[in-house]
Amino acid sequence: MRAHRPSGARGAGAAPYLFLAPAVVLFTLFTAVPIVYTAYLSLRRTKVSGLGLGRGARREVFAGLDNYRAAVGDGELWAGWLRVLGYGAIVLTVMLGLALLFALLLDSAHVRLARFSRIALFLPYAVPGVVATLLWGFLYLPSVTPLRDLGIDAVLLGPGTVTFSMANIAVWGGTGFNMLVLYTALRAVPRTYYEAARIDGASERQIALRIKIPILMPAIILTTVFSVIATVQVFTEPTALRPLTNTISSTWSPLMKVYRDAFVNGDLYSAAATSIVIAAISLVLSFGFLRVVRDRAFQEG
Amino acid sequence: MRSGRLAVAGAAALALALSAGCSGGSRETAAPTAAQTSAAGPVTLSYWSWVPNMDKIVAVWNKAHPDIQVSVSKQAGGDDAAAKFLTAAKAGNPPDLIQAEYQMLPSFVAADAVADLTAGTTQVKGEFGEGIWGLVTLGTDVVYAIPQDSGPMMLYYRKDLFDKYGVQVPQTWDEYAEAARKVHKADPKVYLGTFSSKDPGSFAGLAQQAGAQWWSIQGESWKVAIDDDATKKVADYWGGLVKEGVIDGQPYFTPEWNKALNDGTLLTWPSAVWGPGVLSSNAPKGKGKWAIAPLPQWSAGEKATGFWGGSSTAVAQKSPNQAAATQFATWLNTDPEALSLLVTEGAVYPAATKGGAALTSAPDYFSNQPDFWRQTADISATARGFTFGPDVNVTYNAFKDAFDKAVQDTSSFSDAVKVMQETTVADMQKSGFQLAQ
Repeated sequence: MRAHRPSGARGAGAAPYLFLAPAVVLFTLFTAVPIVYTAYLSLRRTKVSGLGLGRGARREVFAGLDNYRAAVGDGELWAGWLRVLGYGAIVLTVMLGLALLFALLLDSAHVRLARFSRIALFLPYAVPGVVATLLWGFLYLPSVTPLRDLGIDAVLLGPGTVTFSMANIAVWGGTGFNMLVLYTALRAVPRTYYEAARIDGASERQIALRIKIPILMPAIILTTVFSVIATVQVFTEPTALRPLTNTISSTWSPLMKVYRDAFVNGDLYSAAATSIVIAAISLVLSFGFLRVVRDRAFQEG
Repeated sequence: MRSGRLAVAGAAALALALSAGCSGGSRETAAPTAAQTSAAGPVTLSYWSWVPNMDKIVAVWNKAHPDIQVSVSKQAGGDDAAAKFLTAAKAGNPPDLIQAEYQMLPSFVAADAVADLTAGTTQVKGEFGEGIWGLVTLGTDVVYAIPQDSGPMMLYYRKDLFDKYGVQVPQTWDEYAEAARKVHKADPKVYLGTFSSKDPGSFAGLAQQAGAQWWSIQGESWKVAIDDDATKKVADYWGGLVKEGVIDGQPYFTPEWNKALNDGTLLTWPSAVWGPGVLSSNAPKGKGKWAIAPLPQWSAGEKATGFWGGSSTAVAQKSPNQAAATQFATWLNTDPEALSLLVTEGAVYPAATKGGAALTSAPDYFSNQPDFWRQTADISATARGFTFGPDVNVTYNAFKDAFDKAVQDTSSFSDAVKVMQETTVADMQKSGFQLAQ
């Protein structure tokens, strides 16, 4: 008995690591190594000598924090943040507001065609972002839009309206998904709560405001964090709309600037530094938001 | 195949990450020795190209050359393919052969991504005109690619609507401006042309026509003169017309532009020889109504045009089969059979002087103009290009951002040209290129 114990213990000691190995290996390969490599790249730059043509004319050298200094000091990046902030404010309020409203409506006692509405609202989420953007892009272009035939004659891709037009695409595509998350959370609430409230004389509206929304808080916070992250990373919509209009610059959003630096200007090093700055800001934003709302979120749990 | 590639790319990137400490030296030794061991056994070459039906053309080569098999990987188009190629070259996993647009070639050379083909191509030079050959040597003695097609610019115009509005084919840009005013006055919905802030290649071609020299090599340093007088003249000419409202400011290749081409609200398009392909697919209703003429000139009696687009075939520095690849690239772009295939299957305008023989019947879309190719050849003979610099991508991106804004605000176009110059110089200085004043 005694003799067996050490070997048994050793077996038990190795097993968890064995089970953990696939996750650790995948994490290392596809998350840790790229991050480390990005951090490494961000500290380097190319140094060209003379004409820069031919062999050995271009070397990679250590650049210290130069790339970070350039990234943080670049006004275009902050202008991009400002644009994304405006865009995000619209998207977050409208999309999450609509998602909550639809989830509550679908969950209310008197709804008809619930199944159809749920699918109809969710469907846009299944449309890939690029397709959705092109679809809306055609609707926005003055000479091909059918909106004009309906008597709506607005400049939808002008300098003042392009942010709204872009936010509209995100709202159209994202509302269904967020609604589904909230709706699923609502369905998990025991019906007895509502019964109790009804017996106490609460109206449907009061039930929604006083019971459902507070219970939904953790789910609302979850969807908000996801939406904040998605907004910080906005790339598809402006990139796909850009060829159609001259109101969107190649650095409209921070991620577009990263793409431009890396793949248009061929400067991977600046792009790496900028992406680390963006990741840091995105972390601060999402954790900051979580910290602010933590008490409310976990009160119920 | 795809996933295999990806795995290799991933592994290469990883190896690069792990061995990044010892960069440079060790990675540069492999290629030159490998180049000499050409065609010892059957080799397979990968080739990135966006020429339509390139696989059919390659099949002809593959049949005749069992030892050198080429497999084509179809690319979306110029800019994307260039970015992809540079990234693949950096990861150590580029294709053996790549279709390289002339303006991107210097970037490829500067990134040490394409091979020096001088040794294998001494007999090829005579097949091409001086102007085209300069684009693949960057004005040096080294050959970096073999020219494939060229894009001399000309004026496409709606013959029927010119008659309707009583407009003559403009001989000079002044006449073009007058015509723009006349047409727009006759019908405010109609524009003679549009200035595209999305197509730096088109603007570069117009600047070339005016005699611009954006880059040049002086000894061991680059001279950058994007804001030279010729370019500013071109910019202000279009800026003035856009501000006046007689030339539209919408970009080319948008659904709106297609519609305008199709429904007769856009009467001209200063474009390149590859225009018929675009017109026939984007403006099918205009068939037989468009015609070509030389570009309007800056002063009467002059005869000049520039290039918009055109590409060459380059061999990757990291290719283990450079000699075989050079052999294929030479065949593709100079062999009479290949040239005629390029014309008939790929619809390209060959850069080789012999290519003219294959251009017999006018494009279907221009069946009303049986002398289409003869006119094109005359125009092509007057085309002048310029040396492109090592960071054209930066310049072109600066063009888009600066001219987007200038068109939007109808502000000074020559200021936008200045932004291009400053952005380009700043980027070159940052990288450490030596610049002449």
